[in-house]
Amino acid sequence: MIPTQFNKTTPWRDKLLATSAWLAAAIVSLFFIWLLSDILWHGIQRLSWDFLTSDPLDAGRSGGIGPIIVSTLLILTICLVVAIPIGLGCAIYLAEYAQQAHPASLRYIRGSLDVLASMPSIVLGLFGSAFFCILLGFGFSILSGGLTLACMVLPLLIRTAEQGLRDVAHEHRTSAAALGLSRYSTLLHIIIPAAAPAIMVGIVLSVGRALAETAALIYTAGYVTRMPESIFDSGRTLSIHIYDLSMNVPGGNSTSYGSALVLIILLLFINISTAWLNEKYFTRKFKHA
Amino acid sequence: MTSNQAHLRAVPQPANHNHPQRQKLYLYTENLSLYYAEQAAFMDISLPVCQGKITALIGPSGCGKTSFIQSIIRMHELTPYARIAGKVYKHGQNILDKGLDLVQLRKRIGLIFQRPTPFPFSIRKNFSLPLKEHGMKRHDEIEHMMETALKDVGLWGEVNGRLEHPATTLSGGQQQRLCIARALALRPEALLLDEPCSALDPHSSRAVEELIEGLKERYTLIMVTHNLAQAKRIADLTAFFWLQENAGRLIEYGSTEQIFKNPQHALTQAYVQGRSG
Amino acid sequence: MSLLHRDLLLHWVLRIFALLASLIVGLIAIFLIVESFPVLNHVGLLAFFSDASWHPTEQLFNLLPMLWASLMVVVGALILSIPLSLLSALFCEFYAPTRLAVIYRRIIELLAGIPSVIYGFWGLVVLVPIIASIEAPGTSLLAGILVLSFMILPTLTLFAITAFHNISQQQIANSMALGISKAGFICHVILPLARPALLAGTVLQTGRAIGETMALLMVCGNVVQTPSHLFEPMRTLTSNIALEMAYAMDDHRSALFVSGFILLLIVIGLVILSNLLVKEPNDTHTV
Repeated sequence: MIPTQFNKTTPWRDKLLATSAWLAAAIVSLFFIWLLSDILWHGIQRLSWDFLTSDPLDAGRSGGIGPIIVSTLLILTICLVVAIPIGLGCAIYLAEYAQQAHPASLRYIRGSLDVLASMPSIVLGLFGSAFFCILLGFGFSILSGGLTLACMVLPLLIRTAEQGLRDVAHEHRTSAAALGLSRYSTLLHIIIPAAAPAIMVGIVLSVGRALAETAALIYTAGYVTRMPESIFDSGRTLSIHIYDLSMNVPGGNSTSYGSALVLIILLLFINISTAWLNEKYFTRKFKHA
Repeated sequence: MTSNQAHLRAVPQPANHNHPQRQKLYLYTENLSLYYAEQAAFMDISLPVCQGKITALIGPSGCGKTSFIQSIIRMHELTPYARIAGKVYKHGQNILDKGLDLVQLRKRIGLIFQRPTPFPFSIRKNFSLPLKEHGMKRHDEIEHMMETALKDVGLWGEVNGRLEHPATTLSGGQQQRLCIARALALRPEALLLDEPCSALDPHSSRAVEELIEGLKERYTLIMVTHNLAQAKRIADLTAFFWLQENAGRLIEYGSTEQIFKNPQHALTQAYVQGRSG
Repeated sequence: MSLLHRDLLLHWVLRIFALLASLIVGLIAIFLIVESFPVLNHVGLLAFFSDASWHPTEQLFNLLPMLWASLMVVVGALILSIPLSLLSALFCEFYAPTRLAVIYRRIIELLAGIPSVIYGFWGLVVLVPIIASIEAPGTSLLAGILVLSFMILPTLTLFAITAFHNISQQQIANSMALGISKAGFICHVILPLARPALLAGTVLQTGRAIGETMALLMVCGNVVQTPSHLFEPMRTLTSNIALEMAYAMDDHRSALFVSGFILLLIVIGLVILSNLLVKEPNDTHTV
């Protein structure tokens, strides 16, 4: 029973797969072009220096988004000021001290960060409003918003930073130990500088994530469109502005488009810096190993 | 073109061969050159391959031997910037032609890599996947082919009863023999072997080498090897490669006996007698 | 201070930071439970699934219509986006010429970074009118499904591309040398080997989809009902919290925390599931 012929294979399967793949890519690309061109077209009509710096008028239908940009930046700053030290500290702990830690506590830390990473943002907003606004008494404020956002970006920051720290070539640690350097010095002078590009990438990613956030801020930072005078004032971010104007203010679409465009440009800028940092990081990585 | 290469230019015509065997040709290359972007891997290789014999390709690292045998089944096309020039004739057809059925070519000529490459699937699926791909539909035929091939390489006794286990649980030598069996199951005409023993321990290496020797006559084999003793042991014909002007070149070709006992070219002489490379 | 003391201090400081970071989730859970307590005390958990409807001002707290709505929009989005993302990833990795693949990947990365509120906004001003012209009111389950699927598509695609790339690197020379065709390679080597990673990624994205609030709030219509067909408006559990939190008092507010806690539980379940899927190593698994 020795077969002498192999049957012809089915070329239609190959063609079907290839066609479907191209079709899918076409659909996605078309959607992308549709979305972006729509926002670009409508948004650019509102864009101007005036728009970026002046106050909103007429419930936001006209005027600018100056105070909103300021609030956005303030909330971002608070978020980073809180998240970076805690995030970096946790990442260093996970990367450098994991062997000395109790395995159960490690599992708990990683597990809780995983859950935090997947947490629906509105639930985080609920927590933020109950904890920061009410319990700690900060009320609707930029401070509350920033702290809530810090909770949100922490898992992302920790994950990226930890990876960056782990990627630092092992030889650096062993040669430092052989030279009798303390843990502290090794970290400060060798490991963290080497991991710095990756940590920067993590920070940049977190900024992108924070800028995109809306639900967590509605009940923590509030809705106010005035220029904030302190971090205890309420303020709204670009994303909330887009939401409010399109849902609650008839005729506010135009400003929404403008704000959306500003937001996208900001995010594009962040995206490009991440890519640039990544290049820088990878060339450094190869030089190390 | 130096005088050393003059006789190689005439090689494509069997009647002008310098070597004593007037054997049937399985395939021959004509001025084959391969470029990766601007860098040439090898240039101007015109090499005949005799049917049913083992042809060894020897020479130091970096001479394009691996690139050469891979280009025979057009594996260079997987690399974006690779460019090939020249011809490869098999049964009167240039197999570098665009219109050629690549799937059939790779069924007829198998390639064994230096490091064993079993699929991370079960032993059985390592066979059924390529067999089904090439059109074999009946389960009993597939089982039969697998058993025959495994017997051919001497693995049947060792793996029968473990056919559902992952192929990656086999030892290095067993994996390499599995890869050879897998290629044999497709009923090829020829096998290309890229240093098949260099990643194996001495014991497995002997087993694979004996297997290869046993495949002569039934199959045409081209084997790249760094092991001169191995080439002397099992190869009928030998081709010596060397790096010249930054590209791999075919320096000399002939029967193994002639290459090792009576090398014509100075470089060949130096290499086989261990003085350089 | 001595070097040894400094190192010890460092260790303790880092421990504290790690603890802080990990406490957040615990804190959230505690707050959710504490705030949920009042209404659970007054009305009991069963009410949330068996009351006549969701009318908190009248002490009616049935969450089921909104749970169903959340479920349907997520399942619908998955049905749309999983095939599209797989095919997109196959396109990028195996069918596109190199230049095009790079461009396409950049497009996907950009799409992944677009905030949900912008997707929602665009859905509201562009998609909803189009749907409304087919059948009023436009804000509907369908709009939600479309917007949500395009939101999870980019990340799913990027995940798949990475998985496909890694496997391809290992297996391609092997498979091509055996004369296996591209489609055969994809169907019989890549997809089976990528399955665990793809499943884990999908589960994670499902978690994200369930948690999505803003975009769905903007395009789904905010009527509390279990949608019976694609064009009906509805409200997801998440949108409900966002909408009503502003004016909710006492039991109503507490009920919103209950729904938040249910969401948290669902997400924890998905995370556990995803971790289980990733742990399954390839080599003890004969395919």
